[in-house]
Amino acid sequence: MQKEAAIREPLILGHKTYHDVTEDVCRPIEDKAPKMWYILFGIALVIGLYGVGSIMYLLGTGVGVWGLNKTIGWAWDITNFVWWVGIGHAGTLISAVLLLFRQKWRMAINRSAEAMTIFAVFMAGTFPLIHMGRLWVGYWVMPIPNQFGSLWVNFNSPLLWDVFAISTYLSVSLVFWYIGLIPDFATIRDRAKKPLSKKMYSILSFGWSGRAKHWNRFELVSLVLAGLATPLVFSVHSIVSFDFATSVIPGWHTTIFPPYFVAGAVFSGFAMVQTLLLVMRKAMALEAYIHTKHVEYMNIVIMVTGSIVGTAYITELFISWYSGVEYESYAFLNRATGPYWWAYWSMMTCNVISPQLMWIRRLRRSLLFTFFISIVVNIGMWFERYVIIVTSIHRDYVPAAWSMHFPSHIDIAVYIGTIGLFFVFFLLFARFFPVLALNEVKSILKGSGQSYKESPDYHKHH
Amino acid sequence: MSDKVLYVMYDDDHVLKDSAKKLVEKGVKITEVFSPFPIHGIDPIIGVKNTRLGIMAFLYGLTGLTLATIGMRFFMVTDWPMNIGGKPNFSYLENILAFVPISFEFTVMCAAHGMAITYLLRNKTLPGMPAQNPDPRTTDDKFVMEIRLSENNKISEKELDKMLQEVGYLELDKKEIK
Repeated sequence: MQKEAAIREPLILGHKTYHDVTEDVCRPIEDKAPKMWYILFGIALVIGLYGVGSIMYLLGTGVGVWGLNKTIGWAWDITNFVWWVGIGHAGTLISAVLLLFRQKWRMAINRSAEAMTIFAVFMAGTFPLIHMGRLWVGYWVMPIPNQFGSLWVNFNSPLLWDVFAISTYLSVSLVFWYIGLIPDFATIRDRAKKPLSKKMYSILSFGWSGRAKHWNRFELVSLVLAGLATPLVFSVHSIVSFDFATSVIPGWHTTIFPPYFVAGAVFSGFAMVQTLLLVMRKAMALEAYIHTKHVEYMNIVIMVTGSIVGTAYITELFISWYSGVEYESYAFLNRATGPYWWAYWSMMTCNVISPQLMWIRRLRRSLLFTFFISIVVNIGMWFERYVIIVTSIHRDYVPAAWSMHFPSHIDIAVYIGTIGLFFVFFLLFARFFPVLALNEVKSILKGSGQSYKESPDYHKHH
Repeated sequence: MSDKVLYVMYDDDHVLKDSAKKLVEKGVKITEVFSPFPIHGIDPIIGVKNTRLGIMAFLYGLTGLTLATIGMRFFMVTDWPMNIGGKPNFSYLENILAFVPISFEFTVMCAAHGMAITYLLRNKTLPGMPAQNPDPRTTDDKFVMEIRLSENNKISEKELDKMLQEVGYLELDKKEIK
């Protein structure tokens, strides 16, 4: 058992036993779903289905139904893609990077954060797929021997790197998540009373029995997967940024992009984790496990990554002037003062100013304020991508081609639809899956639980 | 051959660990421990060797890296060298920078999935497998040691019972296996 400093706030509040942990996590799954769950699920489903319908219409009619034009060939589609991939960065960062750094507070949030990651990457993946127009030939992005002659995908292209990056990230995150879920499914299986749920959780738990050798392997697999997933987290958004950085468009052709995108991704991902967890902990009565300290830790991450993003914005501005390239200077001047000034300044306000408020201890420990800021950051990060993408291309080299982007209702419906689908998935997860990593939380109960830390012999034996 | 199995239950991981240590010192062979979460430090006591899955992950990663290198060399250099912006793919080495991202991603993909599949196969935990824990509470808050009489030939059942009494336990369950 690992000891912690006595002044460190306990991670698990109250007088919990191992059995209490099981009860607290399994009860929401075993009980009937509250009415609110059905209401939220219904709303999310309707919005999601509207999105699916819009995607069908898009596929049947063509990408022309989006508000794109000859100058602006990429707008909401890629904005939404990058936004969702960014959101999908928190989960694996929490479960992989924080595992390597032995941050125990991750254990209460990693499961749901990683579920969120996986669903966010699902949503992200939708956009490049539908952007192809002909979804049914989507497999052409894979180097598959074919009858078109020696026709291979271009391995020099960042778009292809992205295919590999996103599919690796999605599948490795999924496996990492599921391997952690297996022992927890076994807990639910062994408690299940109804034959159907017993059968279902029995299949999902793969017959896990908790043998010592299995736990030995489990811990090593978790560690190695974390080690593999850590560079993956950083590589995925770096590669996403290459989609822009390797081009010759002023405003995109920037070497600062990879670190700046990665920081932005973690920033937005943690904001989404806050949005979801602040509601979930309340709705599922998990306040003892996810409490103010966890929220504060996450707010510190938001503050740090937000500051990196802010620094990157200002560096970009400075370099555009310092480079002496007039196209480059114009691209940034146009962002701040051109027709899209409102998007630029929304981005600046949401992403640079709002995280700085987290320096104030009272604010970063306020749940209501955190919730508000998390929404602000999500909006700001959407605008960041919109600003980078649309404002850089709406002023072409030839002024005759200058243009503006106006989203069509399909643009909006597909975007809102993915938010609906995301919540459909997340609500299903919260209903049927253990939202806390049971086995991990139990393993820190004695080291970080309040009742254990306060007991007089905490610092004596073992 | 019929065998008798003793399931000794505890409600605390540290108590189980201490008891296991005492029993092993007296020459008892503990076959297995079932627990709801990993008990750190139990493996050397009951003689569970460290897993070698890490080595496997490395080998799978090497395989991935090799496959990616061979594949990209064939697609981009041998089979159809493309000339992009006057920068032709005539040799793998000269273009290696463009191949770094996919080499990395494919290495990680092979290492992670190879290891995960090996893990599930070695554990024999696959969809539809039956659970083997002796008591459903071992996935909740109970910890169980499994001791087989056939593996403790030198100790009689009575002696074992006495030893268990000495170290203490929560519940004791005996099962005949045919």
